[in-house]
Amino acid sequence: MGDVSRLTPAGAEPVAGAAATGQAGLRKFFGRLVREQPLGTAGGIVILLLVLVSIFADSLAPYRYQEIHLRDRLQGPSAQYLLGTDHAGRDFLSRLIHGARMSLTVGLAATALNVVVAVLIGGTTGFIGGRLDLVTQRFVDAWMAFPGLLLLLTIMSIAGRGMLQIIIVLGVSGGIPASRVVRGAVLGVKENVYFQAAQAIGSSRRRSLLRHVLPNIAAPIIIIFSINVGGVIMSEAALSFLGFGLPPDIPSWGGMLSREGRQYMEIAPHLALWPGVCLTVVVYSLNMFGDAVRDLLDPRLRGRLGRYGAARK
Amino acid sequence: MRAYIIRRVLLIIPTLFILTVLVFLSVRFIPGDVIDIMASRLDHAMAAFDREAVERALGLDQPVYVQYGRWIGVLPTPDWVTGESRFRGLLQGNLGHSLVGGGYAIGERILDRLPVTFELGVLAILIGLVIALPVGIYSAVRQYTAADYVGRSVAIMGLATPNFWLGTMVMIYPAIWWAWAPPMEFVSFSEDPLGNLGMFLIPSLILGTYLAASTMRMTRTMMLEVLRQDYIRTAWSKGLLERSVILRHAVKNAIIPVVTLVGMQMPILVGGSVIIENIFNLPGLGRLMLDTLTDRDYPVVSGLNLFFATVVVLVNLLTDLLYAALDPRIRYE
Repeated sequence: MGDVSRLTPAGAEPVAGAAATGQAGLRKFFGRLVREQPLGTAGGIVILLLVLVSIFADSLAPYRYQEIHLRDRLQGPSAQYLLGTDHAGRDFLSRLIHGARMSLTVGLAATALNVVVAVLIGGTTGFIGGRLDLVTQRFVDAWMAFPGLLLLLTIMSIAGRGMLQIIIVLGVSGGIPASRVVRGAVLGVKENVYFQAAQAIGSSRRRSLLRHVLPNIAAPIIIIFSINVGGVIMSEAALSFLGFGLPPDIPSWGGMLSREGRQYMEIAPHLALWPGVCLTVVVYSLNMFGDAVRDLLDPRLRGRLGRYGAARK
Repeated sequence: MRAYIIRRVLLIIPTLFILTVLVFLSVRFIPGDVIDIMASRLDHAMAAFDREAVERALGLDQPVYVQYGRWIGVLPTPDWVTGESRFRGLLQGNLGHSLVGGGYAIGERILDRLPVTFELGVLAILIGLVIALPVGIYSAVRQYTAADYVGRSVAIMGLATPNFWLGTMVMIYPAIWWAWAPPMEFVSFSEDPLGNLGMFLIPSLILGTYLAASTMRMTRTMMLEVLRQDYIRTAWSKGLLERSVILRHAVKNAIIPVVTLVGMQMPILVGGSVIIENIFNLPGLGRLMLDTLTDRDYPVVSGLNLFFATVVVLVNLLTDLLYAALDPRIRYE
């Protein structure tokens, strides 16, 4: 360790430098996003709106989402209730707005857990390798053989409905396949000359992992995050639709679609229409944004664009 | 080729082993053990039963590895009435019995329900391919034209549209606009072939269009890659017709990875069938899954999970072998 710090005389400098380049890099990244990925930018704007709606849900919603107006049950859109009311006379717009908050909370929290699980499993097995890697990968194989929705349904029926349960279940079960990507990235880093050089001058495991591996797998981690959010939101909606996601007292788009939406579909079709429209727009935007982030961050894809995309305007 | 097949087949053995271990262990994570669940299903008259006797009868007093061995069928299971030991496990095709609904044999019930899910799946894959291949090929051949952009946008839209919402919309709006609703009374194919296909048409269209979205994207990418190969340029410079270059030289090579993708779509198909069978009242495995989950009939749930996971593993094996058969480069790697 001492040797290494002598090789880089200004020991504190790289950190400050990294922060500076980080900020400039971020500005450069968003610049490229806007210039090269118009659809991704549009997706990003929708996501930004979603985030704002979620944060200010309480002041944006005209009513409280659990407020019951029994006299105004199952009404169509009007000036009083912009998107009508559900079977208990609750303002539907307010419920949709709070549904956005629930979707985003589950989406972000579970995806963050995806990343943690993926880095823990993929990072350690890729870094240590050998028999541990071999055995763990067979478990990941087996896990990935279970059709996702079936597995989620089974675990949710054991764990019980709830916000915390769904975040943990979606977070862990999505993190296991994602660990493959992290493992691949770690194996890639280990092939690099700079890593071998670090090993040669006696860099400790800890140092190799924290200073050489982790910073260099940042791109795949960001890609996993941006690609997974949409899928996680969709899974939560599907689970809630089937009655194994969020409990009925929490307004979630999937749950609203199945309970109010399907029960009263002949007399109040709007109750089934809007949650689906919201879901589609949000998942579409997240996918577009995720694709754009991947195109910008993955150098291999960039290389492909160079080779095949010469005709790109 | 033979070495490749042997290697690939051997590789699934550990996966299948771990699958069974995971399913076996999952039953143990259920809160309240199986005996409590069984007791809660029994009549009150039988409520005062000998817990230890039941544990012995079910073999729950044995060590975990013995229980696992019996469940798999490599150790003999004693019959709890006669006491004679026989091999009655997975390897003998025995998936056990349900807790609810009279303790039916799970394996038989799965085979009973399988044709519905199979029909839905096959129709969905066919519809998916029929839509995806022409659109994907056309989109690649006419890259960066309006048709390409429209095709791609629709595909991405298709991936973002929840199929449970699409299914619900199909139930609602045609009924309001044209007083038409999809048929909900199930008829078997042998009874009324046309009525049966009519019943499957809309569910498989919804599943199929979803599959088509990713297949179309894959087809387009592969076509773009192939179209820039030297042998395509050679084909052009020989003066072949576009039709011949595209269909005989390009598509043939681009289609190979798409075969793999169809195999990889199995889990999506299974998940989709749970949702679609439930919306459209189709008595298949997805329906069985949801019903038994609601009843907390975990032996059936585990049986279904194990069945589907095994199907996924085997389909992946088949697609890999097919891939190797179609593309000699894979075999010799």
